[in-house]
Amino acid sequence: MDITGAELFVKALKKERVDTIFAYPGGQAIDLFDALYGEDDLNVIMPRHEQGLVHAADGYARSTGKVGVCLVTSGPGATNLVTGIATANYDSVPLVCFTGQVPTGLIGNDAFQEVDIVGITRSICKHAVTVRKREDLAEIIKKAFYIARTGKPGVVVVDLPKDIQREYGSDEYPTNIEIRGYKPNNSVHIGQIKKAMELLNHAQRPVFLIGGGVNIAHANMEMLKLAEITGVPVITTIMGKGAIPTTHDLYVGNIGIHGSYAANTAISKCDVLFSIGTRFNDRITGKLDQFAQDAVIIHVDIDAASISRNITVDVPIVADAKMAISKLVEKAKPLDIKAWVEQIGEWKKQYPITMRKEGMTPEKIIRSINQVFDSAIITTDVGQNQLWATQFLELNERKQMLTSGGLGTMGYGFPAAIGAKIGNPKTDVVVISGDGGMQMNIQEMATAIVYELPITICILNNGYLGNVRQWQEMFFDKRYSSTCMRYRKSCIANCNVPTECCPEYTPDFIKLAESYGAKGIRVTDEKEIIMALETAKNNRKVPTVIEFIIDREENVMPIVPPGNALNDMILESEGN
Amino acid sequence: MKKRWLCLFVENEIGVLAKISGLFSGKSYNLDSLTVGVTEDVTVSRITISLTSDDQTFEQVKKQLNRSVEVIKVVDYTDVAIHMKELMFVKVSGCSEKDIEEIFRISQIFNITVIDYNRDAVLIESVKTENKNNDLIALLGKCFANRIEIVRGGSVAVEALSIDKISMKSISYRNP
Repeated sequence: MDITGAELFVKALKKERVDTIFAYPGGQAIDLFDALYGEDDLNVIMPRHEQGLVHAADGYARSTGKVGVCLVTSGPGATNLVTGIATANYDSVPLVCFTGQVPTGLIGNDAFQEVDIVGITRSICKHAVTVRKREDLAEIIKKAFYIARTGKPGVVVVDLPKDIQREYGSDEYPTNIEIRGYKPNNSVHIGQIKKAMELLNHAQRPVFLIGGGVNIAHANMEMLKLAEITGVPVITTIMGKGAIPTTHDLYVGNIGIHGSYAANTAISKCDVLFSIGTRFNDRITGKLDQFAQDAVIIHVDIDAASISRNITVDVPIVADAKMAISKLVEKAKPLDIKAWVEQIGEWKKQYPITMRKEGMTPEKIIRSINQVFDSAIITTDVGQNQLWATQFLELNERKQMLTSGGLGTMGYGFPAAIGAKIGNPKTDVVVISGDGGMQMNIQEMATAIVYELPITICILNNGYLGNVRQWQEMFFDKRYSSTCMRYRKSCIANCNVPTECCPEYTPDFIKLAESYGAKGIRVTDEKEIIMALETAKNNRKVPTVIEFIIDREENVMPIVPPGNALNDMILESEGN
Repeated sequence: MKKRWLCLFVENEIGVLAKISGLFSGKSYNLDSLTVGVTEDVTVSRITISLTSDDQTFEQVKKQLNRSVEVIKVVDYTDVAIHMKELMFVKVSGCSEKDIEEIFRISQIFNITVIDYNRDAVLIESVKTENKNNDLIALLGKCFANRIEIVRGGSVAVEALSIDKISMKSISYRNP
């Protein structure tokens, strides 16, 4: 039977077992929306801005493990996806983004709302394609889902011209697909596994360094087993956090410029660095030539291009983390490394990550979240809020963290939480955001209201773009250039000290929340933290905004200053 | 830093060339020349690339190309016996009688062809290696400064027949 391209689009979504799509209509997508009308099996979520939309699809995908699906119109609809596409692709999140396009005959004519979205996104997604013939449509959609979810997951953009949406053609949808230039790795080189285990078994000071790949591959159980059998301490990157429970004895902490002293020092002093699913991003290595300089490095990664790019690796293993770790577990045995484990424990005890005892510190807020929420998905925004979260959040099999690690996209946290809640309606979802990032996608409050999503939104308000301000304080002579969120025209020029008389903050987050129909709670005293979180948790109908007024010049400590080696850290702020 | 040669088999589709060239510019890889043409299979295009890079960057270039969905196969020609040629046209204008005699002499010695001639201008065609063409440009540039126009096609390459059957098999782009 012949059906339109739009009807085939809907059929394809169902065949791919898509139950939720994030969609914002427009002129060149109207036929697709028409085909969605009355489709009860498809939950169509309409956010308030396409950037919020794509972050929501991202949060949905990260928290459910399914492919997130976006549908937007051409031109501005498509370009508003760009930041979200880069965000998701950078963190290996599977998304398929459908964009409307002007009819094929108009492409290249500078038609109304025409952009070359395939050209624009080419370097920030896994694959991008414009459908040019109706008969290719089914195969292109099939390929899109296959490419997005296999190998190193990523974003696929499918650009759909309007005439193709309307054109009649076959209703067949392929069950299998073969792409000659794309063969995801689905095996492990056993010789390399043996070599790696041989090295590990003879190590005196080994550590595991675990990246986001382990979480993406859902290899947490296997990883825990590997760590427990061998007894080798586990260090994670921000994206790898939660690979094993953060309260586990073998968990050391995060590595990186805001990592823990114990983790950074252990990496610097280890003799075998067994890394899995990390690309040795510049945020974790510090000064390259001193990174793990005494260590033999083993690196498991699904992406061959991530191996020996930043760090030269001695034993490369190109494989899916889950598959590789399962094989490693088979060959694992207990190591005799008591002295080394004790040494790391000593560093942990000596230099724990902690903040001052008095006042309402971010540490107390995040530890209270740990206490109040026994099982939850926690999303973060980007900046100090994110770094504190990665330092103090407890993660385990019931608590997952979603954060924009690679691209570092402000405005990610709140819409990602919306997607996570839609995908996990029974799980509590908590946002940890700053006052800056919260305002980048604040319009999504309406989305959370209309879809009745009781999310707990914690805004850590210091009235600054705190992370940049911290750098200005530490490395730019306190020249607070364009970082004060309480700045008004009436302020003195070149202010570098917050005072009691600073202008009032705008917006009033509580009134703003209330105007949307959400609940707002302002917390200024540490005694109120738990109660506010409990209230939010028990609010089952609408989102709750909790605005925590925190110290204006709170810093994230410790820090590895730019250009320093990883273990050459500043441990405490000067004031403390 | 070393001169390298790559041969890519890619999908013959819109945007693939942009993807490959964009990868080089986006990742700051050096690119000396790139040629592309369709193969005996019309769905496949073949790209010959020359670049100058260190070993580590070259490994990355190959991995990044391999990673692209549109790239079917990447073959490193750097240390392989190959035949490689580049088409080049040179137009020399404002020629005196003596210049023309000189050009004909050069073309005889260099074994290149004069393909067009109109009394005061000469058009030469040279199908040589990139290095040989560089030499020719140097010579012509010296003899006819500011009077030459050069069009270079970039190199195309093919494996020499002396390669044994097994290694030929390994560079086939078709699915087994």
